[in-house]
Amino acid sequence: MRRVPATLWIGAALSLLFVGAALLSRVWTPADPTGMNIAARLKGPGEAGLLGADQIGRDVLSIVMAGAWTSLGIALTATAIGGAVGTATGMAAAAGRGGFERAVMAANGVLFAFPPILSAILLGALLGPGAGTAILAIGLFMVPVFARIARGAALQVWSRDFIKAARMAGKGPVRISIEHVLPNISAQIIVQFAIQTGLAILAEAGLSFLGMGVAPPNPSWGRMLSEAQTYLSSAPHLVLAPGLAIAGAVLGLNLLGDGLRDLTDPRRGQAA
Amino acid sequence: MLAVESLRVTFRRDRAPPVEVLRGVSLTLERGATLGIVGESGSGKSVLALSVIGLLPRNARAEGRVLLDGTDLLTLSERGMRDVRGRRIGMIFQEPMTALNPAMRVGVQIAEGLRVRRGLSRGNARTEALRLLDRVQIPQAGRRIDSYPHEMSGGERQRVGIAIALALEPDLLIADEPTTALDVTVQAGILDILGDLVADLGLSLILISHDLGVIARLADRTLVMHRGAEIEQDATERVLRRPGHDYTRTLIDAMPRRARATLEAGRA
Amino acid sequence: MPDLLAVRNLSRHFTAGGHTIRALDDVSLTLAPGRILGVVGESGSGKSTLARIVMALDRPTHGEVAIAGRNLFALSLRDLRKARRGFQMVFQDPYGSLDPRQRVGRIVAEPLHLLPDAPRGSERRDLIREALRDVGLSPDDIDRYPHQFSGGQRQRIAIARAILTRPRLLVADEATSALDLTVQKKILELILKLRDDHGIAVLFITHDIGVVDEICDEVAVMQDGRLVETGPVRQVLDAPATAYTKRLIAAEPTLAVIGRGARQPASPDAPPHDPPHTVRP
Repeated sequence: MRRVPATLWIGAALSLLFVGAALLSRVWTPADPTGMNIAARLKGPGEAGLLGADQIGRDVLSIVMAGAWTSLGIALTATAIGGAVGTATGMAAAAGRGGFERAVMAANGVLFAFPPILSAILLGALLGPGAGTAILAIGLFMVPVFARIARGAALQVWSRDFIKAARMAGKGPVRISIEHVLPNISAQIIVQFAIQTGLAILAEAGLSFLGMGVAPPNPSWGRMLSEAQTYLSSAPHLVLAPGLAIAGAVLGLNLLGDGLRDLTDPRRGQAA
Repeated sequence: MLAVESLRVTFRRDRAPPVEVLRGVSLTLERGATLGIVGESGSGKSVLALSVIGLLPRNARAEGRVLLDGTDLLTLSERGMRDVRGRRIGMIFQEPMTALNPAMRVGVQIAEGLRVRRGLSRGNARTEALRLLDRVQIPQAGRRIDSYPHEMSGGERQRVGIAIALALEPDLLIADEPTTALDVTVQAGILDILGDLVADLGLSLILISHDLGVIARLADRTLVMHRGAEIEQDATERVLRRPGHDYTRTLIDAMPRRARATLEAGRA
Repeated sequence: MPDLLAVRNLSRHFTAGGHTIRALDDVSLTLAPGRILGVVGESGSGKSTLARIVMALDRPTHGEVAIAGRNLFALSLRDLRKARRGFQMVFQDPYGSLDPRQRVGRIVAEPLHLLPDAPRGSERRDLIREALRDVGLSPDDIDRYPHQFSGGQRQRIAIARAILTRPRLLVADEATSALDLTVQKKILELILKLRDDHGIAVLFITHDIGVVDEICDEVAVMQDGRLVETGPVRQVLDAPATAYTKRLIAAEPTLAVIGRGARQPASPDAPPHDPPHTVRP
């Protein structure tokens, strides 16, 4: 067995905190995240609730927890869609080679060159803002990332002799991709999945900040930031709470991904 | 000049007891002599070479003594070891493709050590690199000096590897399976070059191989290793013709019968 | 006996940067059932390209490969798949030829994909266990992973996979080159035993004359994509007809001269040794 790297522990702990808060918010929050209490308006941490209250007197801790659920839901769905489509196209490109591969990778390049915020605005104009638009915009942006990684990893697997043995057994490219290639690239895909989920959280916050995320009154970290701007000097906790939540979640998922990569990297093993 | 005294190397492992990969090996090597080390994979022969040049992985611990002209290399600092590597001991690796930097012209790679370690000017280092390429019998060295590793054949790359090992004029060369990745026809040429270098420059050579045919060609003395331990060590002639141990006999019997037949013929 | 394998005027050209590389150039050879044919040559001689085309993993530029009288490249995809159960391959690198993510049982069973009526369930497991026994492994190895085996054992797993559909032709591409000599000896013995027990014909690709001498009946010598000499092993090795074959034989590792003291002065132009004087036991 290998020693588990420290980054993995920290990353896993932060990610777990984030996921745990999101799940907990479904059954319990300190207060109703949409419930206003004008008396508690702009009260600081400790004065009203653990993290204070916002400009209309809602409990900040409760909104941050509920916002974690929104954030996680959109980020995971978007990454899952982008990951599945991207991995499939990358594997298909590696299996197909030749003209098909060039076409797939060229399409990816175009997609990759499009700034995600711009595509979100375009999509928002077409479909109207909302969770679905955010998921689609972020997921689209993930496709080329996963496609590139899957293709690179799959090409390496395709060069191994056990693929020739599978061809000797009369298996076609689709079957070989599923039976041999996917299990051998899954570690790399999972690592990337963690890292991309972190990026998706950041992207979701950005879209909400610009008003293209989930519609109010659904809580959202990005919108919390955007609304708190006005009170930056009088009530800094309104910016700090969602800001730190975003930073912590993104950092946690990134460390988790890096740690998993270190753990699965065969070069880390000592040659005896 | 080189004396290894009861060298033990253990590898620490995560969540597993440490493994001992060298179990007290001793050897001596005279100036100008060639020692062959033969064994199968896992015999510890490569670990022995890495201990001598101080390139063991971090999780390894070495006990015993490795004396080079009286200095115990195991007690030297990394900085002290850096002076030994290259200047006193040159190393030739198995896979010349991975031992060379693919993005650097071979002449520059040979000259690199000369400029950094011997303080030669660019021009002088190039002249010296050219001389070294001639020395290892690269044809048209003047043209090939500007080639990249991928533009050369496996045999030529290994010759470049030898030239790099020679650049700082060490008096001991360690060659770890230097011909295993090469065609037999190319192997013969490389072994001849090594033999000539030892004879002409008075170098000492440790030649590591799993192939007794390679060892027999160059080594005056041979050390047979198995699972980290010395099986026997004596004049190559004696080890091959009158093996003192069943394991040595197993190694000889594993050779293709054509090669074994030549052993019989040599005796007659 | 009719030929099991007939390679006729086989060429394979690659184009790179405007140049045409003739990896295979008009190669013809035949192999009878139950015989072992060694294809020997240096790297770049085209012997591995030959193996790939004979296994229909690549297509020739010209020429044909007939197995049991049927040209592989004239077959429909469906018929080629049907034909594949008759020929299988063992690769050089026992660490690259087994999928590290699959258990031995699944690896060995892979060619059963070729049989429409392949056995299932316990019958299938019994078949795999028998194949493992055939190659000198324990039937209980069926549930282990490749990394739990040594190089030699892994090569046995690869051989078990190759013989599972009882092929009549086995292509071994440098199948023992990555192994220790003691392990190589055992794998060669296994291949001879499979030939004797099941009458499998073997196309044995190697760079090692000593191995050819050990197990082959006939030998084909290749250089730069061409066949330079072919014939019974005894004839080619004892009285080589071409300079290239002589050079290959001369370069073999030998125990005839020991140590540098006995070494003849080397000259870069001439072969360093005379062909070794061989004495048959």
